[in-house]
Amino acid sequence: MSLRVIKPGLLTTIQDLGRKGFQKHGVIVSGAMDTYSLRIANLLVGNQEGEAVLEVTLMGPTFKVEEDCVIAITGGDLSPTIDDRTVPMWRPIYVKKGAILRFGRCKSGCRAYLSVAGGYAISEVLGSKSTYLRGQMGGYKGRALQVDDVVPFNGHSTMLKHEWTESFLAAKWFVHAKEFLPSRIPVIRFLAGSQYEYFTNSSKLQFVDSLFKVSSQSDRMGYRISGPALELQHKRDILSEAVSNGSIQVPPDGNPIILLADRQTTGGYPKIAQVITTDLSLIGQLKPGESIQFSQVTLKEAEQLYIQKEQKLKQLKVALSLALQ
Amino acid sequence: MLGKLLNTTGFTLSPLGDSAVVVTFGNEIKYDIHKKIKIFMELLEHEPFVGFVECVPAYTNLTVFYDPLVVFNEQKHNEAGISPYEVVCSNIKKKLQQIETNKKMTHRTVSIPVCYGGEYGPDLEYVARYNHLTTDEVIRIHASGEYLVYMIGFAPGFPFLGGLSEKIATPRRSSPRTTIPAGAVGIAGMQTGVYPISTPGGWQLIGQTPQTLFLPNENPPSLLQAGDIVKFYPISYEEYKEMKEERR
Repeated sequence: MSLRVIKPGLLTTIQDLGRKGFQKHGVIVSGAMDTYSLRIANLLVGNQEGEAVLEVTLMGPTFKVEEDCVIAITGGDLSPTIDDRTVPMWRPIYVKKGAILRFGRCKSGCRAYLSVAGGYAISEVLGSKSTYLRGQMGGYKGRALQVDDVVPFNGHSTMLKHEWTESFLAAKWFVHAKEFLPSRIPVIRFLAGSQYEYFTNSSKLQFVDSLFKVSSQSDRMGYRISGPALELQHKRDILSEAVSNGSIQVPPDGNPIILLADRQTTGGYPKIAQVITTDLSLIGQLKPGESIQFSQVTLKEAEQLYIQKEQKLKQLKVALSLALQ
Repeated sequence: MLGKLLNTTGFTLSPLGDSAVVVTFGNEIKYDIHKKIKIFMELLEHEPFVGFVECVPAYTNLTVFYDPLVVFNEQKHNEAGISPYEVVCSNIKKKLQQIETNKKMTHRTVSIPVCYGGEYGPDLEYVARYNHLTTDEVIRIHASGEYLVYMIGFAPGFPFLGGLSEKIATPRRSSPRTTIPAGAVGIAGMQTGVYPISTPGGWQLIGQTPQTLFLPNENPPSLLQAGDIVKFYPISYEEYKEMKEERR
């Protein structure tokens, strides 16, 4: 029961919700860049929502499916096909043994998530299956997938005795995913960062008034964005302290860096802002060259947005469990 | 001592986004502050509040990560309009009152062998010249120090050590190296440390240890922890090779 890698794509890794509890040892959290898409991908195939899935980036891979299975593809639209027929996203799909699953052109978003019923059979390292590339730990041998890798899964093949002749069969219903993906120029909501007051008033204004462009030097560790250079009132050093998913640090060149899934645990640059948890998945779907705009909210608003989104996800979970019965 | 900590200026609480609180105990690198952070961290981990995820100590503060949804769900039956941040802060304030600052601290001492200079310490001569010392003097001063691990961060297992002698303090390199090998021992200003994994970096490299600092298959995965005392001792090139071989 496995997927065989025919073409690895640009960057395909195993990710779950991250490696929590070891940051005090300097261990990076990692995990999916778009956690909502990961959770929905799992719910669609009847897994626990935090199960590990494949995170596929920009240029997708090609797999040979070596056993009948149920999969779901969520997140960015990387034109998935099975035996050259378009595969619909955001719904469960029965796939026949021998089928070729291929990701093609990137139509929207940046990262697709491929779940399989039963989950991938990958052992956990420090309580997580997530791949941390720089530390060569977790996931599939601590690295991105390469050609001829065989990714095993805990399949349900004995339960799949449906009779159909095509290489896949998709459910007729799907999750309406609009609110889980970024709009054309996404507005990213933030809270004032720990050193917000250190910045000049004009920099604080520019931060919300300007469009920032995602630089090509962006990866799972962080997105560098460029716009007007942000300045401190006085040049000052900060002692290193913990950073978090979505912390926006400003190094001396004035170009902000949004720290993301593979961020280091601590940092020493001043933090102008902190992206709210609810909007982190939107950033994970942005490609280099795309623009973003920032909008400030209060902590209470951020908390409410978070709770509302979780409640929606809970409703979706109930709806899916009924649909999958 | 206890009274001092509990007056209103003893700590401040501030949010780090919507799912972490920073508890700050001071604004300088100082043993007393480190001690409070360490004691408070142990207290929290020993009796975590509902929704607690993990905490990360730094030089002057402790960042406490929590899950706002778990906090919300725990509280929502009691109160309307509840803010998870406020609930967590009130939990933390209660806990802060339990800190015993006169508690005796125990420190584990970890000795780390270092092969100084040569191919393993490409910046040793620069550090010596910068401080008007011989390379032997730099080694002697570095290896005679006792260093406190204030925090682990930057990379898995990377220790931020305090206690470097001013006599050998040297600024970072003007342009960082693109790769520094795992085990490299470096100096940056008044700090010294060891790179556990290969990364880019700008520290002055004076030696290399055969000791592994990041142990991904063990728990804890880091050889060093905040609060440990580190001592370095010099080994020869041959000893380095031998120890490296043994660890294979």
